[in-house]
Amino acid sequence: MEVIIRIPTPLRALTAGADEVVVPGETVGAALDALEAKHPGMRERLLDEKGVRRFINIYVGEEDVRFLEGLNTKLKAGDQVSIVPAIAGGAASS
Amino acid sequence: MNLLRSKRIESVVHAVGNTPLVRLRRVTKNAPDIKVYVKLEFANPGGSVKDRAASRMMLDALADGRLTRDKILIDSTSGNTGVAYSIFGAALGVKVRLVMPSNVSRARKDIACAFGTEIVYSDPMEGSDGAIYLVRKLVREDPDRYFYPDQYSNPSNPLAHYDGTGKELLDCLGDELTHFVAGLGTTGTMMGTARRLKEHKRPIRCIAIEPDDAFHGLEGLKHLPSSLVPAIYDPSRADETVRVSTENGWDMADALAREEGLHVGHSSGASVFAAVKLAEQLQREQKSGCIVALVADRGDRYFAPLKWEKRYVW
Repeated sequence: MEVIIRIPTPLRALTAGADEVVVPGETVGAALDALEAKHPGMRERLLDEKGVRRFINIYVGEEDVRFLEGLNTKLKAGDQVSIVPAIAGGAASS
Repeated sequence: MNLLRSKRIESVVHAVGNTPLVRLRRVTKNAPDIKVYVKLEFANPGGSVKDRAASRMMLDALADGRLTRDKILIDSTSGNTGVAYSIFGAALGVKVRLVMPSNVSRARKDIACAFGTEIVYSDPMEGSDGAIYLVRKLVREDPDRYFYPDQYSNPSNPLAHYDGTGKELLDCLGDELTHFVAGLGTTGTMMGTARRLKEHKRPIRCIAIEPDDAFHGLEGLKHLPSSLVPAIYDPSRADETVRVSTENGWDMADALAREEGLHVGHSSGASVFAAVKLAEQLQREQKSGCIVALVADRGDRYFAPLKWEKRYVW
């Protein structure tokens, strides 16, 4: 089962510029594991020992996973997972 | 300074600057012999350091004819500059149109709108650079309609700090001042203030703060290695650049609120974090020092729920 992860500009240096990455994953956590396997360096930027870093919002569709089941949130085939920093500044130019 | 702040003025535009310096005591407890002050830019009428650059860019452009009442001022902004343009636009009779990523906080969109400003949204996935590209496109399509101050390349931006921030620090602290710490966004604050401080007869070390990674949560700051480098940026102005993690900036912002009664934005938390680390190092080396960290805005600018955070309860 595959889902689409939308990558914000500052992290596209890790995905060779790709704005979307298709990965397998039954849950948000599993999809992020698959993202890390494909593009190493993602995990440390997105997660800390407590889960999703405080300034990062991860959405499944329009819903923030903090209000669902966090990293255990279940995914369906074709779900769109968006990584959105809670800020406006600092995006990459290339 | 008190006299300046209580003087009679003709317009809100003249209420910019002469912000207070407040000594920190508790978050600096491990450096008791080093003086650490914060310069509270949230005391400006628009609530942030951006009042300085925005008012100066508008007044300079009105003076030389680049801006007239028939034109629309347009710019990209992650918030504070937009609030400043909006306030001074209303006060000076200038129409304002702002382009911002749609994920900036609701409160700041509302503040800008309260002054009659029109907002155009850019893609939140593209960050502040996406907003810059969209403004450039709009201006290219209709150049005579707009005045585009472009805070990233407008010399009036650093000049506001050369004539304001830097001069105020020297007037207030003079020979005592040893270090100045401020974040890099447009870089105008550091460029202008450092230029003034470097003219002083005694050396004053200028330390620029940037996020430790391209992907960060220190709104207003730019990670220059991965960003469009502002035209006004001259890397030789600051003596060094210190990188601070989002978590350290956020934690210091929390500590300043709880221990000092100063509720500052996250980017200011990062600057104060670096200033406190520096003070602790000077203390360990048994040196003396008087450090000023610039507080760019207040933390309540970041309270309001973001677009997708509709269920957050603050």
